[in-house]
Amino acid sequence: MAKLNINGKVRDVQAEPDTPLLWVIREQVGLTGTKYGCGVAQCGACSVHINGEVQRSCSIPLSAVKAGDKIVTIEGLSANSSHPVQKAWAAVDVPQCGYCQSGQIMAAVALLKKKSKPTDADIDTAMTNICRCGTYQRIREAVHLAAGNTRAADRATRRS
Amino acid sequence: MKKMVFGKGQRLSRRAFVVNATTAAGGFALGLNVPFADALAHHGKASEHNATEVNLWVAIEPDDTCVIRIARSEMGQGTLTGLAQLVAEELECDWKKVETEGISPSRNLASKRAWGEMGTGGSRGIRVSQDYVRKGGAAARMMLLQAAADQWKVPVGELSASDGIITHGNKKISYGKIAAAAAKITPPDPKDIKLKDPKSWKIAGKPMKRLDTADKLNGAKVYAIDVKLPGMLNAAIKDAPVFGSKIVSFDDGKAAKMPGVKKVMKVKDTAVAVVADTWWHAKTALEAVDVKWDEGENAKVSNATIKERLEEGLSAAENNGERKNGNALAAIAGAAKKVEATYSTPFLSHACMEMMNATVKLSKDRAECWVPTQNLEASLAALSESSGVPLAQCEVHRHDLGGGFGRRGGTQDYVHQAVAIAKEFPDTPVKLIWSREEDQAHDFYRPTSMCKMSAGLDEKGELVGLHVRSSGQSINAWLNPAGIQNGKDMRQLQGWYEAAGDAQLGYTVPNLLIEYVMRNTHVPVGPWRGVNTNQNAVYMECFIEECARAAGKDSLEFRRSLMKNHPKHLAVLNAVAEKGDWGKPLPVGVHRGIAQFMGYGSYSAATAEVSVDAKGKLKVHRMVLALNCGHAVNPGQIAAQVEGSVAYGLTATLYGEMVIDKGRVTNTNFDTYEIMRLAEMPKVETVIVPTYDFWGGVGEPTICVVAPAVLNAIHAATGKPVHELPLKNVKLV
Repeated sequence: MAKLNINGKVRDVQAEPDTPLLWVIREQVGLTGTKYGCGVAQCGACSVHINGEVQRSCSIPLSAVKAGDKIVTIEGLSANSSHPVQKAWAAVDVPQCGYCQSGQIMAAVALLKKKSKPTDADIDTAMTNICRCGTYQRIREAVHLAAGNTRAADRATRRS
Repeated sequence: MKKMVFGKGQRLSRRAFVVNATTAAGGFALGLNVPFADALAHHGKASEHNATEVNLWVAIEPDDTCVIRIARSEMGQGTLTGLAQLVAEELECDWKKVETEGISPSRNLASKRAWGEMGTGGSRGIRVSQDYVRKGGAAARMMLLQAAADQWKVPVGELSASDGIITHGNKKISYGKIAAAAAKITPPDPKDIKLKDPKSWKIAGKPMKRLDTADKLNGAKVYAIDVKLPGMLNAAIKDAPVFGSKIVSFDDGKAAKMPGVKKVMKVKDTAVAVVADTWWHAKTALEAVDVKWDEGENAKVSNATIKERLEEGLSAAENNGERKNGNALAAIAGAAKKVEATYSTPFLSHACMEMMNATVKLSKDRAECWVPTQNLEASLAALSESSGVPLAQCEVHRHDLGGGFGRRGGTQDYVHQAVAIAKEFPDTPVKLIWSREEDQAHDFYRPTSMCKMSAGLDEKGELVGLHVRSSGQSINAWLNPAGIQNGKDMRQLQGWYEAAGDAQLGYTVPNLLIEYVMRNTHVPVGPWRGVNTNQNAVYMECFIEECARAAGKDSLEFRRSLMKNHPKHLAVLNAVAEKGDWGKPLPVGVHRGIAQFMGYGSYSAATAEVSVDAKGKLKVHRMVLALNCGHAVNPGQIAAQVEGSVAYGLTATLYGEMVIDKGRVTNTNFDTYEIMRLAEMPKVETVIVPTYDFWGGVGEPTICVVAPAVLNAIHAATGKPVHELPLKNVKLV
């Protein structure tokens, strides 16, 4: 039995200590917005925030998470999808299949917490999650838009 | 043919579906067209939305919400939104009040396939549906207008409809108020339905936002992999690493005692599965099962032995498909200048982000399945065939896919496996999820091939003869042997055809010989976004580049001189040349390449701007892609598909290859099967040049020009052609 603080709620979970946090979140807690994509911390589909830092939950064992650690999943990011990153994602029409987007959004939110006005180079470095549909160009645009960088708005206008 | 274990299953599956469907639905068979009048007749059933069903495609709620029915699968390609736009356009409803409802395959079956085919591949989702879905929308509008005319006792011709409101003079009524009366109107005769001129489109043809974005932003979307059912168990599976090898024995002593494990079992003759309370328990226990397979001769196969086999095919006497005019061999032999090159491309996996999975519940006289599928009817057929439950008692629940790219079409191998597992647990839903490693090791890969190209140029540098000889694995041989007629498999010549309309070669060469020679292996192959246009475009377009350079001519001008008989190809090439600034100066160290090709009924062309540094490191800075897909239903979503095709195509160009060793795939996760990340994404500009005189595909056509445009730019940068993919194995300087 372990105690986890997920999205502001403390929950008791039953799992072996070596169970990856991803599978605790998906199968014990029942929050399925966090996705399994590779299991080896390569793709980032499983990205969550732990104490504000973006982490790949597929490669963090339950035993490494302390009861006081604050875990936030995509479901806990905002009520009504009102986070500026979610709104930017909608405005730019980023998702295609959508499967990787929970992780992409969590990575973008963490980036903007550290750098409120990221450059393209900052985005290159921080946004390393895999998207097979190839939404990378729109992800870049949406991060700029969420940051209030004006060039994103220009691009959006030009495209339509 | 004995090796083709999976191919056989696929054929059986199709046949079973035809036979069973005939029994179930009284005389209809797969592929049979349903008379259009049937599709317009309303079936009087309340939809899930509690709306009035006006006809099969349109149901309207009292609050004016228009529920548009969608038969095709949505895997990110945007077909759902595009189809809804086409129906809404003819319906003249308020786009802000449109919702969609997916049709289940059993409902389609019970309605004698009134919603048409459901398979979503070959970039056919919109182009094949467009006529009947637009007529569905138009018929609903006509019925709504007639109902209002009857109510107001005025001639229907005096009424108009716009934004879901019917108007006659000062009188107005909304669709929601008249829908119940409209549902009782006799549907119009299909020949009286006149579709709108695209020039007057207000909803279609516009860059509408996708309708399915909201729950992709907050984790609420339930993919099949996320399904939760009461009492559900979870299964992990490991199939024979050497494709098709049968299990000799397995030791479950350790795994059976591990936490949560319910059963360790053989699945068919080749795989072992563990069923447990959670998937993590199942996967962990599966790793503790010791399995012995009879791997046989196939365990000696490697990329090196496959290459030898393909090379042998390049110079063998026979062919398995050809196109010719004039005498290419003689023309080349007598030419002033000869050009020759041999290219190769590897096997590639699809690597959908959502791995293969299927949840199956079998009860007495009922079978249910939750699965991401590009072909709901094939899933239904697989469920029925494997479970033995008649089609009419089977149900496949729709879930949008976490990527498809051709992997989740006809084969349905994961459904067959999930049924085999669920048989051991009656009345209990069992969810089978493949690990990423399993997904990489058991794909139906994009086929590998090699291609020897030879050309002759005359004194003026004009192309007088071209000989193309492609040696590689056949998709039809694995999945659809009926597609091979008299030993000829023309599908492998995709993009090189003489016939117009689908995948026509855009060049006229006075002496031309194109040959395909089939060299199959035990590695399963299947359609992969763009299918054979991918490698065929690399071979043709990179070689045309070599010819242009040998002739001392500009790459664009050399192509133009061969394209006089192909004005549509040429127009797209010209569009990309203009928007891609062909011939204009570039920053120091940046070089440009160009390519054009045709597939899926659409014309594509691309320019790429790249630099290669002194160490041979490549950067792709900018790509411009032009597309004529005939009708552009949603320019915003077309741009998204073009951008996506660049990422998928560039990943293949830079990194994609299956490493086959000892008969198996050895690079089974993203640490060894690299995928391009955001930092490597070039700036992509999409130029849509629709001519509105045909309907072409969108999801696949542009991918094939990505690699050759980049490779031709590298050629410009380094002065050396690239003959082999992926680039990670090639020393550029």
